Amino acid sequence: MAAISREEVAHLARLSRLAVTEDELATFAGQLDVILQSVARIGEVAADDIPPTSHSVPLTNVLRDDVVVPGLDRDAALAAAPDAEDGRFRVPRILDEEV
Amino acid sequence: MSELTGMTAAQLAGLIAAGDTSAVEVTRAHLDRIAGVDERVHAYLHVDADGALAAAQAVDTARAAGQPLGPLAGVPIAVKDVVTTKGVPTTAGSKILDGWRPPYDATIVARLRAAGMPILGKTNMDEFAMGSSTEYSAYGPTYNPWDLTRIPGGSGGGSAAAVAGYEAPLAIGTDTGGSIRQPGAVTGTVGAKPTYGGTSRYGLIAFSSSLDTPGPCARTVLDAAMLHEAIAGHDPRDSTSIPAAVPPVVEAARAGASGDLTGVRLGLVTQFATGEGVEPGVLAAFRDAVDALTKLGAEVVEVSCPHFDYALPAYYLIAPSECSSNLARYDGVRYGLRSGDDGNRSLEEVMSLTRDQGFGPEVKRRIMLGTYALSSGYYDAYYGQAQKVRTLITRDFTAAFEQVDVLISPTTPFVAFPLGARTADPYQMYLADLFTIPTNLYGGPAISVPCGLADGLPVGLQVMAPTMADDRMYRVAAALESAVGTLTPPEL
Repeated sequence: MAAISREEVAHLARLSRLAVTEDELATFAGQLDVILQSVARIGEVAADDIPPTSHSVPLTNVLRDDVVVPGLDRDAALAAAPDAEDGRFRVPRILDEEV
Repeated sequence: MSELTGMTAAQLAGLIAAGDTSAVEVTRAHLDRIAGVDERVHAYLHVDADGALAAAQAVDTARAAGQPLGPLAGVPIAVKDVVTTKGVPTTAGSKILDGWRPPYDATIVARLRAAGMPILGKTNMDEFAMGSSTEYSAYGPTYNPWDLTRIPGGSGGGSAAAVAGYEAPLAIGTDTGGSIRQPGAVTGTVGAKPTYGGTSRYGLIAFSSSLDTPGPCARTVLDAAMLHEAIAGHDPRDSTSIPAAVPPVVEAARAGASGDLTGVRLGLVTQFATGEGVEPGVLAAFRDAVDALTKLGAEVVEVSCPHFDYALPAYYLIAPSECSSNLARYDGVRYGLRSGDDGNRSLEEVMSLTRDQGFGPEVKRRIMLGTYALSSGYYDAYYGQAQKVRTLITRDFTAAFEQVDVLISPTTPFVAFPLGARTADPYQMYLADLFTIPTNLYGGPAISVPCGLADGLPVGLQVMAPTMADDRMYRVAAALESAVGTLTPPEL
């Protein structure tokens, strides 16, 4: 049985904000199925009482000195923007009804 | 090939310091080499001749004025294109960052500049460092200088090929699951992954933040150690940077070069020793190298690390999960590509079109895989379980290092394969990192050093050490190098 269906892959693509084509969907569904079947082996390990590791460095709440340092200036931050206006990033419409 | 490009970084630094050659001459020799061979190797995505020559001139001027020079002053270097360089194009091998010129330098780049090392250019890589062959670069593959029909490894194939092909004496790589070590192995060069937190991630374009580690690529162990020392050390801009002294890696590389490993205990991992999935030629070269290490006085014992069998599945859940989160920043708003903004489409539609057109297939697979592993209903069984297995793998390492000083293995199961051989089935590509991945999950340092040839192609031996004991792996690697020598590819 497949670990993941084409419909589930389409749903993942939507969640991931990837406008994949129908062709891509067919390819990815097959490939993700192979990968998921293989990584599902992780479930064989008895690990109920084992604490998870998110990071290998045993540091918590790392703070820098509370000293003001210069940040990126506005023009430098906007220089690579696909679209900018009045010193701000310009974006496509956010609300559907505003057209 | 010029005499200068054939020299090691340590030799070049010595000649420049003595005034026997200039930094400008050394940089020019490498730029000439790039102009001569890179059309065939394609190690570089961008060559910054003007920037490199200006930096070299500054070193020569400083020397003429009697100013003290650092240990690698005037030695040029190539930088993997996933590391930001102020004003110099940085793409991470992706179309989504085509033409981006970062407004800031990564910490390690700032340290290279402070060390007086001219930056020759940016090297090719699998897109966002996801891959093991450089074939997932959006700008075409890099070719292995040993055989131009074969892959140079990945994701840092460009950095490894630049060093192997004498287009740079040194290069910067990054290692998330083996992206420095596996390219090192298949190009006959040295590649080291420092302890996670030993080198700063500030300015390293994030793929999997709990695993990504910048490190050195070189042709000799001493050169790798010198570069390691130049870039390592605490950085307040990286909250996972370890606030401790850099291990004495250069001293260890020099000590190891004496070839004496008396009293050093090497561990052979039982789970890797079966040789399953490993090419016979790789296994033969590895076994010869183990014999050579024994002759140098090392004691070899077998140690069991039972959870290493689950390292690959754990990695392919953790790394894609972090990737799906990190790559959410490519939204077509602040920098990079924006597609389909015709004035009618919504932000979400533009974002989805931008990401579909800007990302290549492997990146999309990993984003979707990570999104799956993190989604409610699957989180505990996949991402959560992988994090627990990560703990068990770390415990295996800790237990092993109570018995031995370092662990050794082949770096990668197979020699450089022909281009196209593993792209049809993505999982076959993942197997290239079978032996390198456990170390990333644990966070310790590991190095790949050439140990011989199989069918005329390089084989690497991996030395894994405890966290912040990076010096140990350099000692063992340098000793092996003293016994088996360095590898020289055929003339391009």
